Formats: sequence, structure tokens, C-alpha cells
Amino acid sequence: MKRVVITGMGIWSCLGKSLDEVRDSLYTGRSGIVLDPVRKEMGFRSGLTARVEIPELKGVLSRSQRAYMPEQAKYAYCATVEALHNAGIDQEYLDSHDVGLMYGNDSTVDPAVRAVDTIRAKKDTTLCGSGAIFQSMNSTVTMNLGTIFHLRGINLTVSGACASGAHAIGLGALLIQTGLQDMIVCGGAQEVNPFSVGSFDGISAFSTREDEPEKASRPFDRDRDGLVPGGGAATVIIEEYEHAVKRGAPIIAEILSYGFSANGEHISTPNVDGPSKSLRMAIERAGINIDEIGYINAHATSTHVGDTNEAKAIYNVFGDRRIEVTSTKSQTGHEMWMAGASEIVYSMLMMKNDFIAANINFENPDEDSAKLLIPNKRVDKHFDTFLSNSFGFGGTNATLIVRNI
Amino acid sequence: MEKNDLIAKVNSVLAEEFEVEESIITPDANIKKTLELDSLSLVDMVALIENEFGVKIQTADLAKVQTFEALYDYLAERV
Repeated sequence: MKRVVITGMGIWSCLGKSLDEVRDSLYTGRSGIVLDPVRKEMGFRSGLTARVEIPELKGVLSRSQRAYMPEQAKYAYCATVEALHNAGIDQEYLDSHDVGLMYGNDSTVDPAVRAVDTIRAKKDTTLCGSGAIFQSMNSTVTMNLGTIFHLRGINLTVSGACASGAHAIGLGALLIQTGLQDMIVCGGAQEVNPFSVGSFDGISAFSTREDEPEKASRPFDRDRDGLVPGGGAATVIIEEYEHAVKRGAPIIAEILSYGFSANGEHISTPNVDGPSKSLRMAIERAGINIDEIGYINAHATSTHVGDTNEAKAIYNVFGDRRIEVTSTKSQTGHEMWMAGASEIVYSMLMMKNDFIAANINFENPDEDSAKLLIPNKRVDKHFDTFLSNSFGFGGTNATLIVRNI
Repeated sequence: MEKNDLIAKVNSVLAEEFEVEESIITPDANIKKTLELDSLSLVDMVALIENEFGVKIQTADLAKVQTFEALYDYLAERV
């Protein structure tokens, strides 16, 4: 099997619009969560959300290119521009190589709602405009990025609920390991508009700690009361090792393994066995000693049962080893389809800058989180290998292990 | 709406939406060429005109509305 390395990263999130900004936010423990009054006017149970700025691409992309892009495709475009730049890839390279594209995305509600509203009001489908169809498809991110950057390798959207981004990277790594692709642009994107999470709010999954938005997302804390929705996009350029060496690429890390599993049980309530299996598979496939793992980026979203069962799964696998476990969702909220990719970027930024971001708002442990080493203050330490979990509705699980280079 | 006002508004909204200089919009110029419309962005022009003027250019009429002059006349008869 061929080795898979990361040669570039890019990010557009509530913690910043570049790697540098996001690194600083992680370092200082800044929360990206706000209260959105528009959601309250719309009848939301919780108006909490991450605040993510929609990029202005007028003057950057043509009018027709922009017409087909919903907000998450714009986030993904910006993250990908940054990642390609950092990987030393220009348009000439993309035009002369078969570069793939695999991105996690599992909804695109806003354009679909607008199109349906138009059809209902006007009783005329033409008036939806030309962009509606391309914005409304789940594959909108990969169809947009593929045409903008002229990518001619695999072009595929991965929809695996809140593990979409992690599955996209993991599946991309498999294609490179087996020699089918030399380079793939991978990532995850998540829309942030209210329509996209209205029905999610409706099942009482969100925190209602509206008087303290920055304290609302509190993974593993005893007093957590639900997740806070977030979004944006994150891109990693993954590449076959020899290929990267040959072109003199900045090799920054190696993807050691991808573990996966499904719970096969309840549609929303996670269990312990499924995640444990994904963790064990990743560790086994990585071919490393478990003690080499210096940091665990948990999926933990700040829901009661989710965090509890992940804590049990991590304890099942790691036992009493004192490895720092944190959830960056304490700062970002739950970035859902994007999370599996963004949390690789967040963890990479920590690994490259010798710190572990605080699991902010972790004030009191519960019975299960007490068994883990969860720092609520930043830890300044060097580590060379991390594990990142991503789990999703329907019981889909993904685990990635990445090593520093 | 006076025809001159209508022409001014048509030119303004089309130039803004399709990101061209308003000065290149002349009565006898071809709409598709001037605004660089393909089959998809032509749909956007129809939607934009409907939204701004409340007039839907019927698909069967599109072939007749080739120039800006033809568009002004089409709208003037219906606004």
C-alpha cells in the first residue's frame, strides 16, 4: 500500500478565515458562538449558532460561476484556494494532472427552500433561476469546485451525516493507498443558514443556554444541554508520498489510517460498541503502538448521550492511559458535514504549533468524562500523532489517525 | 412607466446583474452577445425581468426578443 500525506490545508470557519487566524483562536480558546435574533423570530427553540461570514466572491469568480454556488460552496472555495496555495499547487498544475476531489456535504437546504417558495408563489419554475438546481444538489460543492478548478480525477460528494468530512478524507486516502489517484482535494462543508437546521432544532437537540452563547457548547461537561450548530469549510490536499517528494511538495503530515463502522441501531442515539470498533480499526490499521497517540480530538458535540457514549468508547480502547482528549466543538459548535475535515485541520494546527486547545466550558465532569484527561485550559506540549473521531446520525462512525512529518 | 424611464431601468438592472458596463447596452445590440448569456444565464435574465417588471417573457417569445430595442418594446406593451 502506498503512503498518504497531507501537503496543504485551508479553512473558513467561525474561528477565522485563514489557518493563522484559526490557530490564534484555538490558542486563546476563543468561542465562535453567538445568539442569532433572526432564528428566534423564525420560531427556533434555540437561536444559538456559530457566526460564519459568507465570502464576497464578486470580482474573484465570474457571475455565472457564483450563480451556481450556495454558501457552503463559497466557504469550500476559499478553504481550497488556501489549501492549494499552501500545497504549492497552481492552476497550471491542475490543468495538466488528474487531481481528484472528494468533499463531505449532506444538505443544501437554503436554495431548495427558496426554489420551492418561488414555485409556490409564482407557479412558474423558470423563475427559480438557473442556479437553483446546481445549488440544491447535495453534490453542489464537488460540482462547483470541480468546474472552477478544472479537476479531472475522481469527483465525488460523500454524505455520511456528521462524519461526512472524515469519510471523505478516509475514502480519499484509500484511493491513494491503492494507487488509483496521486492527489485528491478532500474536505467538508456545512451551510449555516437558519433553514438548514430548523428541523434539527425541532428535535430539541440544541443547547438553549442563550444567555451565555460562548458557554453553550460544553462537550463532556456535566451540565451540557445540547449542541450548537456551526459550519464553514475545511480542505486538505492529500497526496501519494513519493509523488509529493518528487514534486518537492511541503509534506506536513501522514494519514496513517482510516477506521470506520456503523452502529446498526437507533437513528439518532449512538451506542458504545460502534465507535469503539471504529477506534480499534484505525489503531490496528495504523500499525502503531497505542501509546504513540499524543492527542485525541473527540467528536463530542455537547449532547448528553453522545458525549457519554464516546467517553465510554475512548475509555474502552485507551483505558487509564493519560492522553489529552478535547472537543474543539467547545469553541466552534458542531460543524456537522464539515467537522470531520475541520477537526483534522484544527488538530494539525495544534500539532504543528505544540499545543492542545482547551476544551472550553468543561467545568465539571460527569461519571464517564471523569475517566478521561480533558484539559479545560490550553496545554502547551509537543505531540506527533493524533486520532480524530467523527460520528453521525444513522450510526455512522469514522476515525482518522494522523502523524507529524 | 414612461418608455425612457423603462429603458433606463432595464439597462441598469441588466448591467448590474450581468456585470457589464451600462454604456455597451445600445438599442440595436444583441442581448445574448452583449450580456454574454448562455442558455442558463438566459433563464436568469427572464427571472430578473419578471422580478423587476412583473412581466414574464414567454419561452415562445424569446426568439423574437433578440435586441434591447425588442426587449424595451416587449416590456412597454406589457408593463
